[in-house]
Amino acid sequence: MRKAYLFLALFFSQQAVAESASSLLKKYELLAKQESAAFVGFAADKGERFFHAERLHSDGKKVSCATCHTADPRKPGKTRANKVIEAMAISVNPQRFSDEAKVEKWFGRNCKDVLERACTAEEKGDFIAYLLSIK
Amino acid sequence: MKKWLQFLVLITSISATSALLASGGFSDNSKQAMPVVANAKWKTECSGCHMLYHPGLLPERSWNKMMAGLDKHFGENASLDDASRDEIARFLALNSADKQDNRRSNRINQSIAAGATPLRISQTRYFTSKHDEIAASTFKRKSIGSAANCVACHQAAEKGDFSESQIRIPR
Ligand code: HEC
Ligand code: HEC
Ligand code: HEC
Repeated sequence: MRKAYLFLALFFSQQAVAESASSLLKKYELLAKQESAAFVGFAADKGERFFHAERLHSDGKKVSCATCHTADPRKPGKTRANKVIEAMAISVNPQRFSDEAKVEKWFGRNCKDVLERACTAEEKGDFIAYLLSIK
Repeated sequence: MKKWLQFLVLITSISATSALLASGGFSDNSKQAMPVVANAKWKTECSGCHMLYHPGLLPERSWNKMMAGLDKHFGENASLDDASRDEIARFLALNSADKQDNRRSNRINQSIAAGATPLRISQTRYFTSKHDEIAASTFKRKSIGSAANCVACHQAAEKGDFSESQIRIPR
């Protein structure tokens, strides 16, 4: 009986976590449709490629999202100033993608830092879909 | 005769110091250490990429210059919405090294030329004079990273406490 409650509680808390990331995904989906008529939906594998894609920054250094968030999103990363960044995978760090303003702030900064432009809604959605898919 | 006078001066200064110590003169935090300061916005927005730097470590003009160029902050984009930026800028200015009356902030402030506006604490003359015995290779250790990472060696740095009892250099 106790176990059943525990299971239920766990189920609902996982549900709530997935909920906030999914509702964010719905918002990005609407935006992605506006940005491109060719948009068909988010894909975790595209997000995975985006996460790891290395790019030559105009300052001469190679950089990707994985530079700071590490190649394995289940592991903690590190900033350039040597501070630990908590894991990005939502299964490991349920706080991720629960605060829309925070998410938008960091997409804003990090996309400019890595890509030297803003990310599209499609890229943001694929990125979240990838981090949601990691068990 | 001269020797005797020197001895007397020494004795009186020693006893004066111990009297001061006994009366708690040096543990008066308002003069010795930087005061405890708090602002929620500053705490969340300025600690994402590195330790939280106490406002008493730089003069007001340095903080103003830094806060006006957050989109190009040491090679990174640390930009904020206008309301958050203004609130943090006010907080930093109010508690900056030239608005504080503690020994540490005063000495940092005095080590900066009037016409200079450094953005790095780690490049002030006060900092370099206090760390001239530390090798460049020590700062580059994996566990430290750079001189900017005060908290790697000064365990209580985020509270503005750099006292010698709180120093441990990691391997
Ligand atoms: C220079 C280092 C760095 C790089 C490169 C980087 N990030 Fe980040 N990222 C951070 C830091 C620091 C945080 C905030 C710390 C925290 O929340 O734990 C963060 C947080 C985020 C968040 C907030 C997530 C949440 O809900 O908490 C998102 C989204 C994000 N990054 C996306 C990206 C994307 C997309 C890329 C690649 C285009 C990228 N980052 C590359 C350092 C970096
Ligand atoms: C997006 C990441 C990021 C954010 C957010 C950020 N910084 Fe920085 N900051 C850096 C980097 C990178 C450095 C250079 C660190 C190094 O040299 O090791 C730095 C350096 C500094 C330094 C100089 C340290 C020294 O003495 O060398 C100060 C002071 C500073 N930041 C203050 C702030 C304040 C105040 C805020 C909040 C308004 C802030 N930072 C937010 C990335 C960030
Ligand atoms: C590699 C480790 C290391 C780092 C990083 C470091 N310090 Fe220090 N610091 C020391 C050591 C060791 C001393 C003691 C030097 C001595 O007494 O000869 C010291 C001394 C000091 C003192 C003087 C303490 C006293 O009471 O005399 C101050 C103030 C200080 N550091 C501030 C800073 C600040 C601010 C930063 C970051 C911008 C920083 N330190 C980064 C190791 C470090």
